[in-house]
Amino acid sequence: MVQSFGKDVAGAKDLPATGREHYKNTMSKMSLKEKLALLSDAAKYDASCASSGTAKRNSADGSGLGSTEGSGICHAYAPDGRCISLLKILMTNFCIYDCAYCINRVSSQVPRARFSVEEVVHLTTEFYRRNYIEGLFLSSGIIKSPDDTMADMVRIARTLRHEHHFRGYIHLKTIPDASPELIEEAGLLADRLSMNIELPTDAGINAYAPEKNGDEIRRAMGRVELRKQAAKEKTHTGRRSKKFAPAGQSTQLIVGADGANDATILQSSTRLYSSYKLKRVYYSAFSPIPDSTAALPLIKPPLAREHRLYQADWLLRFYGYEADEIASAATDGMLDLEIDPKLSWALANRHMFPVDVNRAGRDMLLRVPGFGTKSVQRILAARRSGALGFGDLKRIGALVNKAKPFITTRDWSPGGLTDAANLRARFAPPPEQLSLL
Amino acid sequence: MIYGPRLPRLGTFEAWRDAARALASNGVAPDDVDWGMEDADAGLFGAGAPLPPPRDIKVPKGFVTLAKQVCAHRDAGVHDLLYRVLLRCADTRGLLSNRADAEVQQLEAWAKNIRRDMHKMKAFVRFREVTPQGANRRQFISWFEPDHRIEELIASFFTRRFGDMDWVIVTPEVTTRFEGGDLSHEAKASSKLDLNDETEELWKTYYANIFNPARLKIKAMQSEMPKKYWKNLPEAELIPDLIAGAEARMREMQETAPTLPPIRAERILERIPERAALGELHACARCPIGAQATQAVGGVGPPNAPLMIVGEQPGDREDLEGVPFVGPAGQLFDQLATEARLDRTQAYVTNSVKHFKFTPRGKKRIHQSPHKTEVEACRVWLEQEIAQVQPAFILALGATAAQTLTGDGSALMTRRGRVERGREGLPVLITLHPSAVQRANDGGALREMLVKDLRLGAKMLNDVKAL
Repeated sequence: MVQSFGKDVAGAKDLPATGREHYKNTMSKMSLKEKLALLSDAAKYDASCASSGTAKRNSADGSGLGSTEGSGICHAYAPDGRCISLLKILMTNFCIYDCAYCINRVSSQVPRARFSVEEVVHLTTEFYRRNYIEGLFLSSGIIKSPDDTMADMVRIARTLRHEHHFRGYIHLKTIPDASPELIEEAGLLADRLSMNIELPTDAGINAYAPEKNGDEIRRAMGRVELRKQAAKEKTHTGRRSKKFAPAGQSTQLIVGADGANDATILQSSTRLYSSYKLKRVYYSAFSPIPDSTAALPLIKPPLAREHRLYQADWLLRFYGYEADEIASAATDGMLDLEIDPKLSWALANRHMFPVDVNRAGRDMLLRVPGFGTKSVQRILAARRSGALGFGDLKRIGALVNKAKPFITTRDWSPGGLTDAANLRARFAPPPEQLSLL
Repeated sequence: MIYGPRLPRLGTFEAWRDAARALASNGVAPDDVDWGMEDADAGLFGAGAPLPPPRDIKVPKGFVTLAKQVCAHRDAGVHDLLYRVLLRCADTRGLLSNRADAEVQQLEAWAKNIRRDMHKMKAFVRFREVTPQGANRRQFISWFEPDHRIEELIASFFTRRFGDMDWVIVTPEVTTRFEGGDLSHEAKASSKLDLNDETEELWKTYYANIFNPARLKIKAMQSEMPKKYWKNLPEAELIPDLIAGAEARMREMQETAPTLPPIRAERILERIPERAALGELHACARCPIGAQATQAVGGVGPPNAPLMIVGEQPGDREDLEGVPFVGPAGQLFDQLATEARLDRTQAYVTNSVKHFKFTPRGKKRIHQSPHKTEVEACRVWLEQEIAQVQPAFILALGATAAQTLTGDGSALMTRRGRVERGREGLPVLITLHPSAVQRANDGGALREMLVKDLRLGAKMLNDVKAL
């Protein structure tokens, strides 16, 4: 059954399942708007919406549509606080796989739909012209076979690029088992390729996504990385090779669906970053889906945990921390939910502090809670003009209240504060008051 | 006050620059200048004395970019402070990179306001289509209310992006037109346009459905998309209902009992072809290394090769490609083998350990030598390869290979260049691993040793073939 999608668009996703009859008659009857409702609803569990860091392109010469200029743009925010930068849709939500965490698994009763190539192209270019989006993030359920699915997705990207001269951002979800020729073409058309591992361990994949294969995903990521390396080399005639997925590849790990703890997740991430030079690992708190399976009970999405993992991920990528260091400050492999992982590490390693802001090197300044990469950059530049005081740090934009116990400046020394027993309590939110029944 | 330059609404920065150049090059003190924006009826230099003749002055890198942005700010003090800092730049080296300086910090803070205002305009302009019948370019129009005077700074973003269509962006003070590829600005007061576009229905459908009601974070949304923008965003009218219904929708999802799979599910799952059997090697879990690597890397070469070459373990490149001896050490080996006239194509090349052992360090993987227990656990695969290929002799590269093949990985330097009897009863020629040559400070001596041993290997190979 497909209900009308008039005013009640928002409620459309929780359609009661009436089984097979809708499956038989949905395809022909659905309007573009109905398909869009269904296939964007099905795509929202993918956290990525990045449109940054790709090759620069524009259409100033009037021969095409779109531009990419380094930084991404969030054209809207949904009430879930997430950026809407791309038209994030599934080509189809039909799927032959049966991943327990997924709304589109074959055993779910969710209504099914499929976009034609023209429909996706129409939505992408018309949304783009109205400045709603930066481009397209196209994903898909697996239909018939991985190659069939990938070929259809590549056809959409090819039509956008070659027939409509679309120069905006394209992110293609890559099917790991698809043939190398299809992945080759996908990489030449798209800015970013991604393959979602979803579960941080192979044991998790085997348990909850039995048709997927961790080894196969890693091999496919390895192939994409090798192809990217090849694209950086000049050809034998000295020309530059065509750009291959210039915004890199990314993946997503679901948090809280299987039993993997934060330490395991971060170890997975470091391995992915070091092995395949991923641009991003996204963390997605396992979120209730309509028509869930008994195999994976629904929980309230662990949003705080997801947030801490992102912070830890930043420490890995921009602050020079190793996963083991972050994990060493965690309890039973779980990050502290009350304070951020950087502060957590500093509290567990107080012998390294206080740090002299006017002498310390970049590496150590980056470990001071309250100093971000920008603050550190500014401190290094500003101290060439003279020794810095506490007020200078404030002007520079550092979070001085947080940094206070961990630094010395021209006019500030924390004294016993660094080693004070109640230091953690200064930062942690106050414990919730218990009231009498 | 002696001078009172008045700046126009369009070309504000250029006018400020010209005036500042004239004043600064004549040593006019900031307190003698009263900067201001042009009133509707006042002339360019409506107040104060005429400006002195300008001479060229030099400014530090980054000043022009900063000044362009700051000039678009609505704060009344921007032009004055900009002029003060311009003068200070002349005698303070590196002033602009000192964010601890209060005046620099103030300019940077204003510039940041402008960048944010521009970023939000790039994000929240919404074009509505107004193409008349028969037009050869599509036409779009937008109403937008920026906080600052950023229309000129932002226009090129839209020309780069929407080069193949005509568009107009109307703000309360300036109308920007891009028609037939030509850009123009007009300072003119306008009031909000009432516009409509059918595609907005689709956009709203998308907005409503991409929202996940189980993750309600209203503050996060509002800090990035403040309410002041909502009145010009077609999708924003949906927000109150989406928020109001979120809790109930999430509860419903949680409370709805799982349904039974549709009948087709089982049929479809049955039809999925079994994953091609990868062989036991790829599923090996005899030691923990495999869980870290991309894939097991088996040997390659003629199935009945007279010579088997055994290295230590795959490296970064081998791990990604799934083929042994293709990384830097493998390439060096090929080079040295050619020098020694050892024909690698006649050899079956493989490793003692089939998975890459490494420690992640940022974006790199640092090679780790396998433990003895890991080498032992992996030996079964090499034994299988030896049994299948049945080489006449084996070349062991490095201590790990010597350990696997002879049970002894010690004293490599005294053993190299000699043929020992291996565990399988086959002759094993022992030599160095090419990576030892790469690692050594003075690899020359080691290199010669390795080439010498490879020559011996080449001779043995010829002898075997002569039999």
